[in-house]
Amino acid sequence: MLANVETAATLGIPLLTLLVVLPLVGAVMVSLMNKAQAEQIKLVALVFSLVTGALSVFMLAKFPSGQAGFQFVSQQSWVREWGISWHLGVDGISLFLVVLTGVLFPLVIIGIDPHHDQKPYLAWMLLLEAGVMGSFLSLDLFLFFVFFEIVLVPMYFLIGNWGYEKRVYAATKFFIYTMAGSAFMLVGIVATAFLARRDIGYLTFNLVEIAEKSNFATGTGRWLFVAFMIAFAVKVPLFPLHTWLPDAHTQAPTGGSVILAGVLLKMGTYGMLRFGVYLFPEATLWAKPVLFTLAVIGILYGAVAATMQKDLKRLVAYSSVAHLGFIVLGTFALTSQSLTGGVMQMVNHGVSTGALFLMVGMIYERRHTRQIAELGGIQSVAPIFAGFFMVVMLSSIGLPGLNGFVGEFLILIGSFETARWWVVVATLGVILAALYLLWAYQRVFHGEPSEANKSFPEITRREGLLLGVFVAAIVFTGIYPKPMLNRIEPSVNKLIEHVELRTDYQQPVSKGEVHGEAGE
Amino acid sequence: MIFAAGAFVGPSIDWYKMSPALVLVAGALGLILVGALTPQWRKGAYGFVAAASAGAAAVLAGMLWANLGENGAPSTLIGDALSFDHFSLFATFTIAVATLLAILVTNDYLEREDEDGPEVYALILASSVGGVMMAQANDLIVLFLGLEILSLSFYLLVASNRNRAQSGEAGLKYFILGGFASAFFLYGVALVFGSTGSTNLTTIGTTLAGQHPGNHSALLLAGVAMLLVGFAFKVSLVPFHAWTPDVYQGAPTPITALMGSVGKVAAFAALLRVFTVALPSRADDWGPVVLVLAIATLLVGSVLAVIQTDVKRMLAYSSISHAGFILVGLEAASHISNADSSLGVSSAMAYLFVYGVLVVGTLAVVSLIAGKGDNATTLGAFNGLGKTNPVLALGMTVLLLAQAGVPTTSGFVAKFGIIRASVSVESYVLAVVAMLAAVIAAFLYLRIMVSMWLSEPASTERREVPTASDIAIAATVAVTLVVGFVPSALLDLAALIR
Repeated sequence: MLANVETAATLGIPLLTLLVVLPLVGAVMVSLMNKAQAEQIKLVALVFSLVTGALSVFMLAKFPSGQAGFQFVSQQSWVREWGISWHLGVDGISLFLVVLTGVLFPLVIIGIDPHHDQKPYLAWMLLLEAGVMGSFLSLDLFLFFVFFEIVLVPMYFLIGNWGYEKRVYAATKFFIYTMAGSAFMLVGIVATAFLARRDIGYLTFNLVEIAEKSNFATGTGRWLFVAFMIAFAVKVPLFPLHTWLPDAHTQAPTGGSVILAGVLLKMGTYGMLRFGVYLFPEATLWAKPVLFTLAVIGILYGAVAATMQKDLKRLVAYSSVAHLGFIVLGTFALTSQSLTGGVMQMVNHGVSTGALFLMVGMIYERRHTRQIAELGGIQSVAPIFAGFFMVVMLSSIGLPGLNGFVGEFLILIGSFETARWWVVVATLGVILAALYLLWAYQRVFHGEPSEANKSFPEITRREGLLLGVFVAAIVFTGIYPKPMLNRIEPSVNKLIEHVELRTDYQQPVSKGEVHGEAGE
Repeated sequence: MIFAAGAFVGPSIDWYKMSPALVLVAGALGLILVGALTPQWRKGAYGFVAAASAGAAAVLAGMLWANLGENGAPSTLIGDALSFDHFSLFATFTIAVATLLAILVTNDYLEREDEDGPEVYALILASSVGGVMMAQANDLIVLFLGLEILSLSFYLLVASNRNRAQSGEAGLKYFILGGFASAFFLYGVALVFGSTGSTNLTTIGTTLAGQHPGNHSALLLAGVAMLLVGFAFKVSLVPFHAWTPDVYQGAPTPITALMGSVGKVAAFAALLRVFTVALPSRADDWGPVVLVLAIATLLVGSVLAVIQTDVKRMLAYSSISHAGFILVGLEAASHISNADSSLGVSSAMAYLFVYGVLVVGTLAVVSLIAGKGDNATTLGAFNGLGKTNPVLALGMTVLLLAQAGVPTTSGFVAKFGIIRASVSVESYVLAVVAMLAAVIAAFLYLRIMVSMWLSEPASTERREVPTASDIAIAATVAVTLVVGFVPSALLDLAALIR
């Protein structure tokens, strides 16, 4: 710990606090403005999200490559008698998720207009951004829970108010599922803090302090781990707790789907890593086989279900179940490569699935249908759009040279040592992904356009620029992942060392050579 | 020769320390006497006097709290009859604040129904006095007196809307069942007295502590069971809850708010005090009973709340579920061998304050929606409120989210405190059940939110929000958010209750 404190980067400004507070201030300002001033409202929302995004990029630039510990830490006592503090920090694991959040929100706000009631839509969006940022930055269990839970409210309203036909059902299902998961986590969090008090000497919800100083009995640690995992498994979502996701994704407005797939699901996988593995190393090893199995079932089930879908948006939603399965597999395989790949894939999935949802939204805007059967031949009328779709889809499949490949490959190769037979089965999922996505592409874009599809308009300049950003990120990460890996890997290695120190686990040798294999 | 007794020495009376209750009594009597002898006052004057009385009681309780300081030792008033400590002042303050808010709502309600007059206010203040007595009582007889003052006022208040048949029906129902409960309670008092030779809580506590804990006197246990039945009825714990939905629905809406806040705070405060002051040495006997009651109350309350179609009934069942949550605090307090068991009482009191404020705010909105005749309380009546009155709907949303326990609202702070108390004594199962019940109940608040925001209004006409209700709702929302963002504001105070 001491070494990190010495090398931790600090800035004159409370950067991380700003990342959380700025969107919040934006949300309040937007909600106080007059509904009639539509232009100004959009401008305010845009400025706040852009400044937040710029700050997150600034943070990325200032983030010292090769450092493992938490950077830019800010800590303020919040509820003294409960040992709760406003404690934020960023490390290699959360860094790119924060940047992804910072960049994705302004893109969604610029690129996708709600169909009605712009003002509350933008206010909820900004509140959502504050919640997501807070979840990724919190180093205090209580604070994390607050953000993790508060995210539900804006998302509930976004789905419920601006979604499609069955929006109320989907929004309620989303809220109740996630809240039920969180119920276990809240008890787990409180129990963790109280039990850790015996080792630490005083009550604190400080994540780092609990992880470093506590020493849970085997049985206790396992129970607590399970309590946390239920919440994260719902959020990810892990089979069999995934049933809320296809509904929520399909019914959400395009902006909501992009955010949901892009960053919200990552709160689950991130939580598994940051809270599950870090706090309960022994229980992690104990639960590995079950989690592998669920992850692999998710990969196959998601893929098979996606193949069967008639609704394009539902197809993408089920593909998320499969992709998130890979991330969970990589996370619990606990090798340097698999974890680095997992963290990277969280970001990759956010970019490519976010873009897919965006494009499905564009299709819906033009054709007012998401039924694959009613589409067809779009490539001949909108070739640029088809090209974008192709690149993003290939990234989602994991084509070498694009970002999806780097992450997925690292996960599979890293997990092979510690979860061999699960990996063997999971690899089938890669093939299935090619099957369902290519088949969908074929049905939607190839062939002769029907009468209705003949008038499918090509993308506008605004849409093109928007998709361009996504494609640039996809290609850049695919070709040159090194800067990203350099920043993720030290933190991941530190986490594995933490596990090795506290259990008799040893990761197979070959550690620390992540970017030898990939992407060059 | 007439026998002359020695000079009677009355107990010394510290008037200042009793002032919150006295101010309420003065308000009630003043309204009744002066109101009866003078022609109709002008609009809002009765309400103003009642509100001033309740407000003064709250201020006095606050001043007494400040005087007591952080380390003020608990003491008793009027010869051990009433207790004077952080616990009783906190409860008194909560009751006074809830009364004040309820009076504001009542003012608009009476005006709308053309029934303005001093009687309702006097009864509200009287019920508040009863509540304060219950919260302060250090003697079972005094406690019973408080309980009866509170209950009798409630019977009348519930039936006070003469133009609405349900109101009278609810009043009668509440009266008959409440009478039974009081009888149970009084019989319990008698049995406990028979077993310990005292009705004073402190004396009972010391007597029992001196006995061998294995000494299971059937008399005592029967008495404790009877007391628990009486309390369980008053705070509506399952299976003694059956009256709650009918009475909550039938009562005039502001009175429902009063019952949900003052009634609950007073009865729970008394319940907590009796069990933790007089009976801690028998915690092994009543702890498991409380555990079972808590689980039943949480689950039944939440599940039945979800399937209702009338908002007042929903809130009635949700109040049952909340009562289960508070009972979790008492269960935590029953683990007396654990050093953290005192968290149970303080977290329950914090929860009561939070809930007391929330329930008045929520029902204030319901009262507005109910309209003239106080009848439009179905879920459909809330349709499209977000379109016609966005600010009001937003306030209601905050209150509902707080009841659901969403972070950055007071409801979350309260729930967190209870869970913390429960976990610290290692009642993990109960903590998980409580949280799951909260999730089930969340569905009900979502249903109201769906009506408000996601359904089309029957008419696009904006609803008028009278000033007093506006103030009450704004105040409750403000408290909800302030406690949500700065939990220390409440927790520092509640932590002094031990």
